[in-house]
Amino acid sequence: MIKFLLDDTVQTVENINPNTTVLNYLRHYLNRCGTKEGCGSGDCGACTVVVGELVGETLHYKSINACITFLASLHGKQLVTVESLQATNQLHPVQQAIVDFHGSQCGFCTPGFVMSLYALAKNYPVPSKTQIFTALSGNLCRCTGYRAIVNAAAHVAKFPPPQASDQQSASIVAQLKSINTDQITSLTDGHNQYFAPRSIRQLIDLLQHYPDARLLVGGTDLALLVTQQQQQFNTLINLGNVAELTTIKETVDTVIIGSAVTYNHCFQLLEKQYPEITKMLERLGSQQIRNQGSIGGNIGNASPIGDMPPVLIAVGACLTLRQANSSRQIAIADYFLDYKVTDLQPGEFIQAIHIPKAKPGYQLKIYKISKRFDDDISAILGAFYIKLKDNQIKDIHIAFGGMAAIPKRASHCETALLHQPWTAQTITAATATLTQDFKPLSDVRASANYRMQVAQNLLWKCFLEVSNPSSIIRITDYA
Amino acid sequence: MRKLTELDMTQVTSPIKGAVGQAEKHESAHKHVTGEAIYVDDQISAANQLHAAVGKSQIAHGKIKSMDLTAVYAAEGVVAVATASDVPGQLDIGPVYPGDKLLVDDTIEFYGQPLFAVAALSHQQALQAAQLALVEYEPLPAILDITDALKQQSFVRPPHIMKRNNATEAIANAPHNITGRIVIGGQEHFYLEGQVANAIPTEDDGMLILTSSQHPSEVQKLVAEILGIPFNLVTVDMRRMGGGFGGKETQAAPWACLAALLAKITQQPVKLRLNRGDDMIMTGKRHPFDNNYHIGFDHQGRILGAEITINGDCGYSPDLSDAIVDRAMFHADNAYYLDQVKIIGNRCKTHKVSNTAFRGFGGPQGMITIEAAIDDIARYLGKDPLSIRKMNFYDGYCKTRTSSTEGFHKTSLTEGANYIKPAEGFHIKQPAEGSRHTTPYYQVVEQNVIPELVNQLEQSADYQQRRKQIVAFNQQNEVLKKGLSLTPVKFGISFTVQHLNQAGALVHVYTDGSIHLNHGGTEMGQGLLTKVAQIVAEEFQVDIDTICVSATRTDKVPNTSPTAASSSTDLNGKAAQNAAQIIKKRLIEFVAQHFTIEPTEVVFINNHVRFGENTLNFAELVQLAYRNRVSLSATGYYRTPKIHYDRNKAAGRPFFYFASGAAVSEVLIDTLTGEYKVLRVDILHDVGKSLNPAIDIGQIEGGFIQGMGWLTTEELVWNSQGQLMTTGPATYKIPAISDSPLDFRVKLFESTNQEATIYHSKAVGEPPFMLAISVWSAIRDAISSLSGYTISPQLHTPATPERVLQAVELIQTASKAGR
Repeated sequence: MIKFLLDDTVQTVENINPNTTVLNYLRHYLNRCGTKEGCGSGDCGACTVVVGELVGETLHYKSINACITFLASLHGKQLVTVESLQATNQLHPVQQAIVDFHGSQCGFCTPGFVMSLYALAKNYPVPSKTQIFTALSGNLCRCTGYRAIVNAAAHVAKFPPPQASDQQSASIVAQLKSINTDQITSLTDGHNQYFAPRSIRQLIDLLQHYPDARLLVGGTDLALLVTQQQQQFNTLINLGNVAELTTIKETVDTVIIGSAVTYNHCFQLLEKQYPEITKMLERLGSQQIRNQGSIGGNIGNASPIGDMPPVLIAVGACLTLRQANSSRQIAIADYFLDYKVTDLQPGEFIQAIHIPKAKPGYQLKIYKISKRFDDDISAILGAFYIKLKDNQIKDIHIAFGGMAAIPKRASHCETALLHQPWTAQTITAATATLTQDFKPLSDVRASANYRMQVAQNLLWKCFLEVSNPSSIIRITDYA
Repeated sequence: MRKLTELDMTQVTSPIKGAVGQAEKHESAHKHVTGEAIYVDDQISAANQLHAAVGKSQIAHGKIKSMDLTAVYAAEGVVAVATASDVPGQLDIGPVYPGDKLLVDDTIEFYGQPLFAVAALSHQQALQAAQLALVEYEPLPAILDITDALKQQSFVRPPHIMKRNNATEAIANAPHNITGRIVIGGQEHFYLEGQVANAIPTEDDGMLILTSSQHPSEVQKLVAEILGIPFNLVTVDMRRMGGGFGGKETQAAPWACLAALLAKITQQPVKLRLNRGDDMIMTGKRHPFDNNYHIGFDHQGRILGAEITINGDCGYSPDLSDAIVDRAMFHADNAYYLDQVKIIGNRCKTHKVSNTAFRGFGGPQGMITIEAAIDDIARYLGKDPLSIRKMNFYDGYCKTRTSSTEGFHKTSLTEGANYIKPAEGFHIKQPAEGSRHTTPYYQVVEQNVIPELVNQLEQSADYQQRRKQIVAFNQQNEVLKKGLSLTPVKFGISFTVQHLNQAGALVHVYTDGSIHLNHGGTEMGQGLLTKVAQIVAEEFQVDIDTICVSATRTDKVPNTSPTAASSSTDLNGKAAQNAAQIIKKRLIEFVAQHFTIEPTEVVFINNHVRFGENTLNFAELVQLAYRNRVSLSATGYYRTPKIHYDRNKAAGRPFFYFASGAAVSEVLIDTLTGEYKVLRVDILHDVGKSLNPAIDIGQIEGGFIQGMGWLTTEELVWNSQGQLMTTGPATYKIPAISDSPLDFRVKLFESTNQEATIYHSKAVGEPPFMLAISVWSAIRDAISSLSGYTISPQLHTPATPERVLQAVELIQTASKAGR
């Protein structure tokens, strides 16, 4: 049985297939058809809904894709859909703004835009242009060309805000508190089952009972097997509520991120250490994905084109892998073995990612190359972590995604650069060695030739940028 | 009716709400934002509702050796399975020519072609069952691209030629000539709402179809034909689409037909909704083209002769491809006068999904070809491409006014009281002998606003100054380069199939003064229902809120044309106006007779009717008329005048008029990665007298961004087996919010359609799409800067970062080698 708040009413759900998505639950069980299915894969945002979560005593609101969110993961949270907004018979400011600024045409994507803007309004009553673009990065519109929607978003604050009383939100906080207990949550239809442990202890016990269970963290990738390939998971264990996995710790020289921490949760901390990483994160997935997806999941699914792994390899991150009562640390570079094959043993799970803090004298450069800026999977991602002294390369770590079956270091290239002078000649010689490091593939995102050419050019770009920090040589930096 | 509704008798003197020319909001805007707008999949289902899914082929070309559906039948929840042999009526649903079998009965012609359909208790059960068929194939060699199709002379329809004089000779005699090739990628419609239909059996073995279709009448016809029943037993209901863009013109029908077939078999309602992957695999797209040009020109850059070969990849069947390749040919001149010209159009048959209508309908692929050539001429001569464009425009002449002071006047009866229309006294200045005004298909370009429009845009966008700044920027920057381009659009308005240029409407006025409006056009987001309601509001001089526009239905307005070719407001607006005017005329005659005054004294204004000293509000008049037994319902009809075309001679006037616009785009490219960004776009577009500036601007912006997607990030990829690999938004990238130009300035050109279109407006749906050619041309301009603007880089589309980088590499190599 799971419990969540739909608007301000507790919904108790039992005896339902735990593979059910929030979208299907809304449309088929509640007849809330305002939330639309555009793609069923979390790429279009037509199904965007807002989830309220308790963080300590306060409610945090975020947009997510209902189509790739398992209903069971709503336990202990508040779900807000487009139908929730018109309770008072008066349009919410984000709705009124879209009407007044002609922000809808066919209207199919509109409820999703409304909900993304609703979450934005909850977090930033007077948003900047960047915040608007970030909030809407996962909402596709095929009709308007977006200008009218951006215009509407920029004017939301001009409309009278809805009258939500403090008591109402206090009551929601109280209700959520009463639902959130230390117990394992479970949901089953008698055939498939779902568990959400609250502690590592509970998780370990569950794993011993269900060694074949699929681990769920966010599920932005995992749910695709259900929605795109009609698969069903027999046993799902959600790590998203495990206290130890959802916290961030900081030591003198390391940031330790629990494997179920979402991208957006660790954004600020990483920004302090590596602004370059957060610049990349702004282009990783969409706002909805970053609200739900985690670095641990990105590592766990071992995609050759995951964006964080090459970066983590470059900065020398390592992982804590946990199994029952034992745990071990492994450099992330050693974790990836082959295409979708990792060093993770049966019964083992990723507990935390240890990211060393930025070291003095080092520079990090990350280049993500994709067809589109928002919400696109990289064709190539290059990460360069360099220490120069007296124009000599003292230390260098280069890792690429999209260039091999796994995210991988460019060892030959690093060797060609280490202890060499930081000159055009050195770089030119080193670019040639990349063909020894990588034999990239051709696929829908890019050809092998393009991948190799760009990998070489990125090293050159890194050279130009480091050598002349004031020059603007990235499209994304030009405004 | 025994007793009539009490009326609110408050006098209203303010102008009506939602009159023609106002920026009235979309009729469904409120429902869009609240989620109350109902799409087909949102309709409440009957208790016995079934859901369908389609089993598809795993080869591109071949025969079915055997198909074992035992496991499909046995799967959980399955109620029925249908194959080609279960179709009681006609199996072929080709819209113009045969070739589109509803289900494969013999030969498979593309990867993903529907083989069978299954109905189950839930959508998921249907999808799971559809995966369980065991099919053995006998593969045949597949033709998968245009080059191969041309080699094998594989066509879905015979080639067609348009020509004037002797292009070959003119090119041979010209001081200079260039040849070029452009390979143009296809495009997935990516309407946010996928294909969907619900078929509900009705009595007498009839069928009610709820569908998301641009062409309800054709869905009605095809459902009747596959079931073998008369058309009058099939009713199609279409309230709104979640986007169409041409993708639901013919491509909505198969799913309605399959749902109807399964509904017939089970006698239960059956809904067929394609999930995104199936939709992308099984429905047609914009045609890829592979075009060649050979252009002769003089020292200044004026074109003397042009030979253009247009090769469209039609996929496996004709569908609408004859007309689509024709339209590509009709637009291979774009805004330019081609004196000695030959345009050849080939309709290549490949073993891929049958390509279909998509905003622009072949026009964009014709137009970009001549724009590519113009850029090449400019590089060849070392001139700015804009100067070459301008010297090749059709002569700018248009109807002139006899007197500048009395050019416009107010009119009451025929055009609505508050609307300004051009006065009589406009007349066509006949073109002078030897002037440059006739298209390659012998239509005179009458109202050519392009020279004036381009001049205005060149000024307002500060083209010349920015050109200098960009040259300077490019000299100073090693890695990032900027490009600039101004390209025009001249787009012919009318269906080139003449009989489609007709429309019907139905208007009821009820005794409370409320009005019910229906017509044959369908709403896909473009604001058609809003504009037509504005027209009826204007005619009756009543607030738009009093008008209810309901679903487009084949039992209300029959035998309709598809909502396509940008013409739906032109056609349906006129038909609705006609219906309103018929009722209005009856009311005027009634008032004149009843109050014994002259009909000319009766004026509809501001929700009222004035006659002499007296005033009635609209509803009062309606009640009075009802009591006196005046009919308050009428059908309206319209057919486009003046158009004719003899395809055998490739000559005539296929278009009632031309819609025009121009855009200036500025881009920034990264010569190390091929990435780019659109920095600024200025658009000036001619919609005649705008019926609704907000909706028109929305169409222009949306069309432009969609066109930009076609030419930049939207790449369809097939593997060597003919299987589509880009089957969802994870791999197929339509523009997202950050792709919008950083600075986007869109203006309507001040003008009036000099043809008697509805309130002298112009069509707006498709033309702006092609304004995006300026983005592609600007990217080429940026690449060309690497050669000091001496080389015109080949840049096939979509110009993905990969293609841009390739072009950069090539030009760098060529520049080093010396030209």
